[in-house]
Amino acid sequence: MKRKDSYALLVMAVLIAIFPWIVAGNEYFISIVVFLGINSIITMGLCLLMGYAGQISLGHAAFYGIGAYSSGILTTHYSFSPVMAFFLGIFFSALVAYLVGKPTLRLKGHYMAVATLGFGEIFFIAFNELTPWTGGPSGLSGIPALRFFGKTLEETAYLYLVWGFVILLLIFSLNMVNSRVGRALRAVHGSELAANAMGVDAARYKVQVFVLSAVYASMAGSLYAHFVTFISPSSFGLMPSIMFLMMVVVGGAGTIWGALLGTAVFTSLPEYLRGLEDYEVLAYGGILMFILLFMPQGILQRMQNLLNQMKQRVEKSP
Amino acid sequence: MKPPRSFVHVRENSLKMSLTSQIIQFLFSGLNVGSIYALVALGFTMIYNATSIINLAQGEFVMLGGLIMVFLTVFLQIPMYLGLILTVAAVTLLGAFFERLAIHPLRNASLLTLIIVTLAGSILFRGIAMFLWGKDPYALPPFSSSKPLHLWGATLQPQFFWVLGITGLVLLGVWFFFNRTLIGKAMTACSFNSTAARLVGINVRKMVLFSFSLSAAVGAIAGIIITPITLMEYDRGPLLALKGFAAAVLGGLGSGGGAIVAGFLIGILESLGAGLVSSGYKDAIALLVMLIVLWVKPSGLFGSAEESELKKF
Repeated sequence: MKRKDSYALLVMAVLIAIFPWIVAGNEYFISIVVFLGINSIITMGLCLLMGYAGQISLGHAAFYGIGAYSSGILTTHYSFSPVMAFFLGIFFSALVAYLVGKPTLRLKGHYMAVATLGFGEIFFIAFNELTPWTGGPSGLSGIPALRFFGKTLEETAYLYLVWGFVILLLIFSLNMVNSRVGRALRAVHGSELAANAMGVDAARYKVQVFVLSAVYASMAGSLYAHFVTFISPSSFGLMPSIMFLMMVVVGGAGTIWGALLGTAVFTSLPEYLRGLEDYEVLAYGGILMFILLFMPQGILQRMQNLLNQMKQRVEKSP
Repeated sequence: MKPPRSFVHVRENSLKMSLTSQIIQFLFSGLNVGSIYALVALGFTMIYNATSIINLAQGEFVMLGGLIMVFLTVFLQIPMYLGLILTVAAVTLLGAFFERLAIHPLRNASLLTLIIVTLAGSILFRGIAMFLWGKDPYALPPFSSSKPLHLWGATLQPQFFWVLGITGLVLLGVWFFFNRTLIGKAMTACSFNSTAARLVGINVRKMVLFSFSLSAAVGAIAGIIITPITLMEYDRGPLLALKGFAAAVLGGLGSGGGAIVAGFLIGILESLGAGLVSSGYKDAIALLVMLIVLWVKPSGLFGSAEESELKKF
């Protein structure tokens, strides 16, 4: 991890720690930041896959759903403990990601995009049709809230739990991208042929990072299921998959911080657009198109460039 | 996204029929959806040949075709033939604008960006449609009488013949365009080798623009002919695009003939699967076919392995 990253991480941790006081315990704001944390876990994984390894996934909501439904089904129908269900969810997601990823990651660019799109849609159909377990389109309710030492976790405690995950995974991811593995992933992004020639097993690394990102999404799904206690297929369909991808691209896929910034933008956007739901899809499409055309590196990189330019101008002027 | 309702009525009717006539009924409705998949697949193929881009907004052209036709003929009461021409013209223009404003400026961008820009286009089109038409599905009256016909124990709406007939005409027209006209031949040349095409004086950039316009037009026609049967709403695009793409890869991406045959094949497979196995998993059939083809033989049924070496799978 670089020094800059550690400072940013520290600032973030302090902000989250004092956040409940900033908003005076307002449950509405706290729940938004909980969702922000949950989404951040997914987009961090997606950023490793897209920004670093250069592979696209348009089906990541499927892994999010596998995590959520594993937690939901195992705790309600089979009275598993939430912790056990959490780890089983991770296991299922990793297994599916491995089995699907192995043949899919051999494909390139457009083909991989459409294959993951199809795979995500198949899982969406399965969530809808496996009614005895998932409750079908009307959803699965009565998922138990998390309890620690006999006490139910309330909003503030859940905020700390989710962001504890975010910070741990962030430290892990930042360390990873600055290690041998991270360099290997970037090599694969640059040119698979060259990476292979330098002794980097591109195919293996791609599958590994795909599985890792699926595990992240599964954790987020479990945390989501226990927070809202009701899940339905619409949270795990095509549009959520696209949303996660949009968060990464708009913030800037090149760094994990960019992905987190994009997540913050898109998690809070629907709250500004309250009452304007008819414009929502239009706004998403418009923002994504604008970013692609005018800031292809994402918002974060653009802000850094502007800052640097300003610095230079200040230094030049007498 | 909710699963689209389609041929439900066919299944309800079929409960009273014998197995043979049921299968005939499924075959007919398979041909019907199949023509739509074939047209979408053809749209994919045209753009892919000119640019090696897979246009994820292909399904949105179909959706827009259906909804604009509803607006013109149901709300403004414009006669059908005029409405058809105006709708196709409008969607063609949209396709051209999309290429000019989004694809063209990014022609030198990374592959990842090129994939995401067509995705952004599809979201944008969907957003516009949702803003203009709302979330409700719209109906379009059939082109001629709605008195059903009986054929070998199966019941057929007259619209069935319209769908097949117009699809046939479009396919014939596209074949004629690519094989008998100068522009069409120039576009074919671009798909073989765009550098060589440029060397013999073909304006490749114009051909890319044509491919998007033409593909939008074909998509619009598919939307117009299918709306009287299945209704149309703003979020129908992605699934149509996926199934059309399934047909395009099954037929061997880049091959127009293959795409058409595979489109009908997938339509029939889906209809038989929905009727005889499970209607809930109907939409998964085409997607499974697509995944299996991509995993096992990405060159498709009719594509040669040698040719596929040259493509970027």
